[in-house]
Formats: sequence, structure tokens, C-alpha cells
Amino acid sequence: MYDFDYHRPGSLDEAAAMIAGKDDVKLLAGGMSLIPALKLRLARYSDLVDLGAIDALKGIRREGNTLVIGAMTPHAEVAASAEVARAIPALAALAGGIGDPLVRNRGTIGGSIANADPAADYPAGVLGLGATIVTSRREIAADDFFLGLFETALKPGEIITAVRFPVPQAAAYCKHPQPASRFALAGVFVAKMAGGVRVAVTGAGPSVLRFEQAEAALAKKFDPSALEGITLAPDDLNSDIHASAEYRASCVVVMARRAVQRASEARAR
Amino acid sequence: MATVSLTVNGQRVSAEVEGRTLLVQLLREHLRLTGTHVGCDTSQCGCCTVHLDGKGVKSCTVLAASCEGATVTTIEGLAPEGKLHPMQEAFREHHALQCGFCTPGMIMSAVDMVRRKGNDLDEHTVREQLEGNLCRCTGYHNIVKAIQAGAAAMKRKA
Ligand SMILES: Cc1cc2nc3c(=O)[nH]c(=O)nc-3n(C[C@H](O)[C@H](O)[C@H](O)COP(=O)(O)OP(=O)(O)OC[C@H]3O[C@@H](n4cnc5c(N)ncnc54)[C@H](O)[C@@H]3O)c2cc1C
Repeated sequence: MYDFDYHRPGSLDEAAAMIAGKDDVKLLAGGMSLIPALKLRLARYSDLVDLGAIDALKGIRREGNTLVIGAMTPHAEVAASAEVARAIPALAALAGGIGDPLVRNRGTIGGSIANADPAADYPAGVLGLGATIVTSRREIAADDFFLGLFETALKPGEIITAVRFPVPQAAAYCKHPQPASRFALAGVFVAKMAGGVRVAVTGAGPSVLRFEQAEAALAKKFDPSALEGITLAPDDLNSDIHASAEYRASCVVVMARRAVQRASEARAR
Repeated sequence: MATVSLTVNGQRVSAEVEGRTLLVQLLREHLRLTGTHVGCDTSQCGCCTVHLDGKGVKSCTVLAASCEGATVTTIEGLAPEGKLHPMQEAFREHHALQCGFCTPGMIMSAVDMVRRKGNDLDEHTVREQLEGNLCRCTGYHNIVKAIQAGAAAMKRKA
């Protein structure tokens, strides 16, 4: 790792001032993606600004029909939260399936979505539920946030402060994990909302994406049988040593069926 | 260089560290607490697991500077001088090791598992929750048995 100057601001304003207008300064959250990247010397920064001492960025609360999760809330806290279990159990299950328990004790929701790894779990939940990303400057709809491979709508110097999730009628997340890393080879988040059905796919393409054909079919009938005959074109999906694009395409449909099944069961209970 | 002050195994310590100094380097190289091991150095294997403010973390992926004011417990601080912690005793009793390299991380992770999942652990839970700790010798069988026994023993002690 190349050396850098380390900063630990106590407030969001201080943090924002430290990174404003500087390309060479990077935010640090749980460090579970950034520190490994720095160790590999994939990146080099003059300064790191640690968000760990800013209490306003932590915590989970319910506001009417919205669940608000602070950017610096670790995965383990979301997984174990009674508030999340009541409002969106699928999101608690998603967080509880990220990596391993030690990674979940450090890694944060803000770091995960800012990183926008194509195989990360949270982006599927954020896009699948049509969440809103709240930053130090504005609010961004999930549909406008994930732009591509490790690419988001965040502008230089912009800090995610929280994610606002609308509470769905039913939802579930199913992933086929890469057995070593637990990242998704294909992961599908299905949500039945007041305004329709959303299906978000991670791990399969360069970035999280919506599976519109499945959404249309499930809007007519929210049941696994609605997905019969529906396929995802492998053309723009990833091929690597773990799986071909065709395998991923087929896996997505299987995960989608299972997620709908799980969501329907959770709802019946 | 900057000074970081924290509490390690009950003692207040300060050290001069670089921004990039890792918690595991602070522990092993500055404080000479070499019970915490570096296995993969890529956040995968869990040999470097310690407790940071009571929670299990991979100390190869935490900056020392981030631990300002924090409380850290390493394998050396788990039990009072001259005694074994119930989880250490269970690893000995069930022979939950061969080469022993992963053992400090396994034990620290096991104690964190009890914090999160309680004292009554079934085999499936232990195997799932051990996802972040790799052992290349034992095939995990005795480690799983030791953790179940150690968790139960921690309840009797408490
Ligand atoms: C062994 C291992 C297994 C893993 N398995 C999985 C898995 O199965 N699924 C999965 O989804 N992830 C997995 N991860 C990744 C993990 O979830 C990370 O915690 C997450 O991707 C990044 O979160 P972080 O808080 O650690 O962020 P950091 O690593 O600190 O930061 C990541 C990036 O986000 C930026 N950033 C952080 N916070 C903010 C903010 N508030 N505003 C703006 N930018 C910000 C940083 O500048 C940096 O570019 C794994 C990681 C490891 C080490």
C-alpha cells in the first residue's frame, strides 16, 4: 500500500470540506473493498478521510412507510435489526448473506453502493426496492444511480448519507453465490410494491440491472409460474472463469423464480 | 506519522503509525503481540481476527489510525494470565487444530459467534458462521465440535 495522510472528521461538514475539489482524496467507510484495493496498489491517494467517527451517518429508523438506513451502518447491524426484520425482512436476509460475519461487522451500506461492484448484493436491494440515495447534496433515485461497472451518479466530493427504502408488500432476494467469495454469480431481488413489481439483477451484467420482462409478467400474476418461458438474453452479460454468460442468464431466471416463491411464502405468513 | 492511542487487552497504549499502518501491524510489530497471525493478507482467511470494540474484525483490513480511542482484544488478552478461556480449553480438549496457524483467529471468531448467536449452537450454524475463517489442515470437523462445546462452556462460566 502506498502511504497517505489519514483524517478522521467528527462531522459531515468537516468531511465534505476535506474532500471538496480534490481528486486525490478518498473517503473510507468499512474499508472492506478500499483497503484490499490499496494493498494491491490498484489505486493511490494522497489522503483518506475516514467517515467512522461521524455518528449522524449511522443507524436505522422507520419513518412512516419508509425505512432509512444511515450510510455508515454495517451489514451485521442491518442483518440483526428488529426494525429491518419488521419492515423489509428480505433486506435483513440480503445483508446477512454478504461475505462472512467479520466482513459484515465492518462493511457498510454506503460503501457497498458507492463501490458498485457488479457482483455486490446491496445494489440489487436498492434497485429492486426503488430506494432513494440521500447524499450531502441531493437525493438520487436508484434508477438513476448505478451507471455501469464500478460507476455511479455520485459526483466528486459527494458523500452518501443514507438510503431510504420504501416498504414493499412483499420482497425476497435469492443469490447463487460464488462459493469462495460469496459475491453473487447471479442474484435477484424481487419486490411487490403498491405501484407494481420490480426485479433487479446483480452479478450477471456489468452493473445491477432491471429484468423488465419478468417485471411485466409478475405484475399480471405474482407467482413463480408467471416466469415460465421467460428468458434473459445473454448478449450483454458477463463471462469469466466462474461462469459463462449463458449460465448466468439461466441462473438469473432460476433465482427470480425462487425469489418470487420466497416472497409469496413470506407474505402468506 | 501520527499518534494513535487505544486500549489493547486492558492496557492503554500509544504508538506512532503511518496512515497506511494496519491494525495487525500495530499489534504484531509495535506491540509485539504475535499471537494474531497474518495468513492471506487479503481479507479472506481470518487468521488475523481480533475484537475491535467487542466485535470480530479482520485486523489486516483495518487501519491502525481508525482505532483511535478503541478497545482491542487479541488472543493474548482473552483469558487472565495463566488460565485458558473456555473456548481455548475446548479447542485443546477436542484437538481442533493441526498446524495451529489459524487457531488464534478461529478462537477469536468463535467467541464473536457466541456474542452474535448465543451459547446453544448447532453444527449447521457453526459451519455457516465460520465462513470467514479458513483452515487448510483439519477439514473443520473438530473445530466445529470445539466451538459447540466452548460455547456451552462459556454459558456455564458466565
Ligand atoms: C472477503 C470479502 C467478501 C465479501 N463478500 C461480499 C459479498 O458476498 N457481497 C457483497 O456485496 N460484498 C462483499 N464484500 C464487499 C463488502 O460488502 C464491502 O463492505 C463493501 O463493498 C464496501 O463497503 P465498505 O464500507 O467496506 O466501503 P470501503 O471499502 O471503505 O469503500 C468502498 C468505496 O466506497 C466509497 N465510499 C464509502 N462510503 C461512502 C459514502 N458514504 N459516500 C460516498 N462514497 C463512499 C469509498 O471511497 C470507496 O471508493 C466482501 C468483502 C470481502 C473483504
